[in-house]
Amino acid sequence: MDQKERQIVVNLIATLVTVGLYVLYVYQKQVAGNIEILDDFKFWGKSFLWLIPVSIVALIIIHIIYAIINKIVTKEDIPTIDDERDRIIELKSIRISHWIFTTGFICAMGVLAFGAKPSAMFIILLASGFGSAIISELVKLYYYRKGV
Amino acid sequence: MSKCLINNNIRTLRFMASEMTQQELADRTGVTRQTMVAIENGKYSPTLELAFRISHVFNKPLNEVFSYQYDEDPILTKKTTPKCK
Repeated sequence: MDQKERQIVVNLIATLVTVGLYVLYVYQKQVAGNIEILDDFKFWGKSFLWLIPVSIVALIIIHIIYAIINKIVTKEDIPTIDDERDRIIELKSIRISHWIFTTGFICAMGVLAFGAKPSAMFIILLASGFGSAIISELVKLYYYRKGV
Repeated sequence: MSKCLINNNIRTLRFMASEMTQQELADRTGVTRQTMVAIENGKYSPTLELAFRISHVFNKPLNEVFSYQYDEDPILTKKTTPKCK
């Protein structure tokens, strides 16, 4: 597994851990025992907004830790340049993740149209955003392994 | 995924150039070593710019570094039916 592939795996784990822990935290702190809060738009707005800085800070910390461990173990620096192959793979993965998120968005609007609660829409939006991020990393891993 | 129809002699040319390392060639052409490995193994077809840069490093014309399998190209080998009047 080369440097780029290891970075993708770290991204993948970081996304899984960050979103997983955040959802668990929000559930235990606010939702457990107070299920009516799911119908409160303010709760959803705050939860989505807080997820952005939390995930950015968590990703930065995880990447710093990874860079230190990587330097100690392999004695190699993480490549700082993104060349043409990296950009092509990035574009391909972004295209696929956009499709997944768009599908999720349409499904979210669909459940609203069919009379489901707004909380169902927010859950689908969150799930599609999370799914698209995970699939994006997996697609990158696939192209780095199999070739473009 | 389409089959890579571009072959290259980069491994041989590196050997002839005093066993130049993949990292050195990657540094001189502005890409990562992983990309150079992928090109050498036929897993990635470089852009024209990068192909010219690689051939410039070896001081060889492009067609001595890269070659194309014309006979396996599905478009070039496609038999078109002649139109009858």
